Parts: sequence; C-alpha cells; structure tokens
Amino acid sequence: MFSLLNIRVGFYLAVRQLRRSSRWTTSLIIFVMLLTFLNLVVVTGILVGIVEGITDQFRIQQVGDVMISPLATKDFIENSAQVLSFIKTLPSVERVAARYTAGGSLEANYLTRSGDEKPNKTGISLVGIDPAEENGFSGIASLVSEGRYFEAGDYDAVILGPQLIDRYSFGEMPGLVPLKEVYPGTKVRLTLGGNTREVVVAGILEVPANSPLAMLVFMPEAEVRELIGRTDYNQMAILLAEGADPVAFRDLLLRSGIGAHAKVQTFEESIPNGIAEVKDTFAMIGNAISSVGLVVAAITIFIVIFINALTRRKFIGILKGIGISGEAIEFSYIFQSLFYAVIGAGLGLLILYGFLVPYIGANPIELPISNAILVAPAPDTAFRIALLVFTTIIAGYIPARMIVRKNTLDSILGRN
Amino acid sequence: MIEVKNLVKTYVNGPIETHVLRGIDLKVTDGEWVAIMGRSGAGKSTLLYQMSLLDEPTDGLVVIDGREVHTLSEQEKMRFRLYTFGYVFQDYALLPDLTALENVALPLLMEAMEPAQAAGKAKTALERVGLSHRLGNLPSELSGGEQQRASIARAIAERPAILFADEPTANLDRESSNVIMKLFKELHREGQTIVMVTHEDEYAAAAGRVVHLDDGRIVSEKANV
Repeated sequence: MFSLLNIRVGFYLAVRQLRRSSRWTTSLIIFVMLLTFLNLVVVTGILVGIVEGITDQFRIQQVGDVMISPLATKDFIENSAQVLSFIKTLPSVERVAARYTAGGSLEANYLTRSGDEKPNKTGISLVGIDPAEENGFSGIASLVSEGRYFEAGDYDAVILGPQLIDRYSFGEMPGLVPLKEVYPGTKVRLTLGGNTREVVVAGILEVPANSPLAMLVFMPEAEVRELIGRTDYNQMAILLAEGADPVAFRDLLLRSGIGAHAKVQTFEESIPNGIAEVKDTFAMIGNAISSVGLVVAAITIFIVIFINALTRRKFIGILKGIGISGEAIEFSYIFQSLFYAVIGAGLGLLILYGFLVPYIGANPIELPISNAILVAPAPDTAFRIALLVFTTIIAGYIPARMIVRKNTLDSILGRN
Repeated sequence: MIEVKNLVKTYVNGPIETHVLRGIDLKVTDGEWVAIMGRSGAGKSTLLYQMSLLDEPTDGLVVIDGREVHTLSEQEKMRFRLYTFGYVFQDYALLPDLTALENVALPLLMEAMEPAQAAGKAKTALERVGLSHRLGNLPSELSGGEQQRASIARAIAERPAILFADEPTANLDRESSNVIMKLFKELHREGQTIVMVTHEDEYAAAAGRVVHLDDGRIVSEKANV
C-alpha cells in the first residue's frame, strides 16, 4: 500500500542501511552512477558540440550574426558603399567585414611543368578582404599556420585554405585538384575572368576541413577590385554587440530599405541547408549510445540491489515477521537506489558544469571535422537526470519486490 | 485465546511427503504460559510458526480471539503480527544495521508512532531488560545474552497479546539463560500470554503448562503446579 507510513519506515531503514553499509561498495555504486550520468550527457553533448563547432565556425569566421548578400538576380550588393556606411552608423554593430567574392582558378606547376605534363590547376573561390577589418572580424591572422598574414602594402599575395594544398587536403573532388609542392613563397598563377596574374603564397591557414575558410583563397581587396573591375561588395558580415537581437537587427535593415538592394539574413537563416539535420542526426546517435549506458546502469543497479536484498533475505524475513510491511521494505530499497542515483548525478553535475563545460568551451576538442565543444543545456541535462533516477528506481524496486514476495518463514530460515 | 484445531503441516518435495504436524489440537488461554517440548524434529517449532502466522498450515484452523487467522489477507496478517504478537527467536533475529534502540523502535514506528515517542518506549523496554547502557550499540557489539534481551525488548515494547518464543535460551550460556527466564517469569506474572518452544526441562518447568510433541502429535500435556 502506497502510504506515508510505509515511506517513512522505508526511509528510516534505508538511511540506516546506507549509513552502516561498506563505504567501498557505496563509493563504487556512486562511481558507476556518476559515469553513467556523464555518459548520458557528455556523449550526446560532444556529438551535438561537433555540429555546434561547425556552425560556430560559420558564424565566427564567415557569416557573423547577420549577413548581407546579393539578391538572387544580382552578382553583387547594389549601393554597397552607402549600405556599408549606414551599417557602420548603427550602435548595435560591433564589426563589419565587407568582402568581394569571385570564382577563378589557381595553377601551381606552370613554371616547372614540361609541355605534355598536366597542369596542377584547381578551381577556387577568391575572397577580397580588408586585411585589418577581416582579422578584427574573424581573427583570421591567428589561423595562419605556415607563412604569414597580409601586411600593409602587400600586392600579388594570397593566403590559401588548407584544402587547396595537397598535403592537407582530403584528396581530389569534383572541381578541386589540390595543389602540390605549394609553400609560403611559392608562386602560383591566378586566373580571374579574363585576367591572369602571378601571385605569391603569403600564408596557409590551419582550419578543420568543414571550416568555411578551408577552400578559400584570400587576397587584399584593392587588388581584387582591379581584377573584377567593380567596387560593389558581394558580402557584408555583421557582428553585433553582446545582447543585441539579430532578428530585430535584420528587421531594422529591411525597414531601412536595404532589402531592395540585397538579401539580409540572420546567421540561422544563412547557414547551409542540412546542418540542422546533421545536428539532429548526431543527437540521435548520441542518444542511442547513451541509452546503452542507461541500460548498463540499470542492470548494474539491479544486480547490486538484488545481491544486497538476497544477502539480506533473512533480515527481510525478520522485518516481515515482526510486522513491517512489504511496501515499507520495498521503499527502503527504492530510497537506497535513489540515493545512489542522486549522489551520482549530483557529482556528475558538479564535474559537468564546474569543469567539463567551461574547460572544453575554452579548449575545444580538435577534431578533423571541426573543433567540438560540449553542449549541455540545462533542460536536456535535467531530463537525463530524471531518466537516470527513474531507471534506477525501477532497477532497485524490481529485485526488492522479488525478495519481499518470498515466503516469510522461508526467508527467516534461509530456505529456498 | 488461541485455539488450534486439527492442525496439519505437510512438506512436499517432489514425490516425498514429510508430515510434520499430524492433527494438533491445542488451546492457550489469555495469560497462560505454555511450553512446547519434544525431541528434535518432533514439530514443536513448526507448530509455533503456524500459530504465530509465520507459515501456512496444510490443513486445520488457528483461531485467535474468535478469528480464524489463516483466512486473513497478507496485509491483515502483517497487522496481526505487528499489533498482536511479539516474537523471540532462537538466533535473536535483530537487524544488523540498526542499534539496539532502533531495533526496538522499528515496529513502533510501523504502528505510526511518532519517532520521539517510539524511541521513548524503546528505551523503556531496553531499560526493563537491563540494556539501558547499550542503547546505541549495534547487535554485533552485543553479547548473545544481550542480543536476546534486546530481542525480548522489541517483542514486549508494545505489550503484545501473545509472546511467541522459539528456543529463546538455546544459544545462550547458563547465566544468560537464567536472566532470560527471569524476564519471562516477570512478564508472565504481569499477565503476558507466552507460547515458548524449548527442549530444556528446567526452563519448561517455569511455564504453567508443558505440551509434549512427538512425530507431529501431542503425546502429553502437563500442568505445572
């Protein structure tokens, strides 16, 4: 019978059993619960964090909080100068990176190849940037791992994304033939529209394969303007001040009439299609792995409580013999399971939010695909704690019930 | 009053049937002290278990104060064991994780008594059996005699209608056994109904009546003067 009296007596018994149980056994069970909790939260959190890492790269390195790009019918942002000037006057704007983009090709072996040798040539996306503004926006200079970033007065210099370089690339793919024997200082031939120019590789970036910068070629904007023969930009990435609402900012730009000249999108609207699906897929994989961990924890608790109840079968018989209700005895085991789960999850929470989340946030795990962080939103964590506690209670209750249901006298006398 | 009518207990193990009780008729009136004796395997403990609702008879009736108790639900039997009976077992049957005080207080808590009141009653019962200095000790820290006295304190803390004792002195030395029997005599003088299984004539002699069992049957009954 579910009554307060049974709960009270069950709690009384549980507290005393826990207080006088082996500290080693208790610590071991709590440790298992702690690992289970971390498994539940961290595995999914890291998998989601990989996708967050990818999307974060897009935000930090390319899109910002709001992105302005050409209308579908145009190749560039009309009235770029006025649009840029207007944006820079808005108080919620932290930084703006205006860029030119153009498709072209880059050839590596044009100086050394023999007549019948195949040109080592690849298609590229060239990005013309203001080196100082771009570095202020995305910190691109810190990503240069070989060579150097642009310096004042640089001319005929490019910085390459790693996927364009043979030794860093995943390999050939349609439209991309990684360049061989290209190092800082190597001369390469840039073709853009009808113009061909010999340029020097100033530096090579070190970014994960999924970074938006991985396959780009950067060049100071003044030279790109010359090559493409126009002054209107193709992209304006806007980073907002902390606390500013990107949706409200987008709406402000649209109300100001910029929508007539360009497409205005928040970061969420502009990230590539499929990223959300990838995120959901990773979360599902994480949940599947975590479920296995949960089942293992449930079995562990079941075995622990079952052995505990089995070795105490005589005392369970005595309890029933002196008139303690079966429900109160069952509650005592439920409370013990609850204790293990709550303490394990509590320690897990301390480790999670006290160490793992801030540490991995500050030092993302470097993976080939992206830099992963640990994503553990409080509602998701609360749900997982509830799941762990519920599973543990069931795993504790079932074996206790099995033993309590046995014949009282058989239990007291240790008969089967 | 307890009345046992044609009580039969048979254990079946595959094709083997063991007849432990073969039709017992016995009455124990209120305030009476009955000692059940017999050689090993005579069925004396089995009879006690049937009378005290710890086991189910194969046949026959156990009637307590006019109620046929083996037809009660498990819940009602639990309440009977809690409110009406007190138990003293041969191996003391104390709970190892509970102190002497907690062991005695536990059934009182199950009776919905407030913790402070239960602790007070438990303390009084333990003082009565001479364990006022051992309230906070675990059973493992008590001698055999002290454990049995704690067990008696648990059984009598709430003045049960019937006290069942299964060989309460079997595991004790002579000195401790005498202390236990002295306690039983005091309880009996106060009107406590006692049903005690023993194989020692000396202690059975303290009871008001001695029932001898052999091969599952009562072979003799003798009132002590």
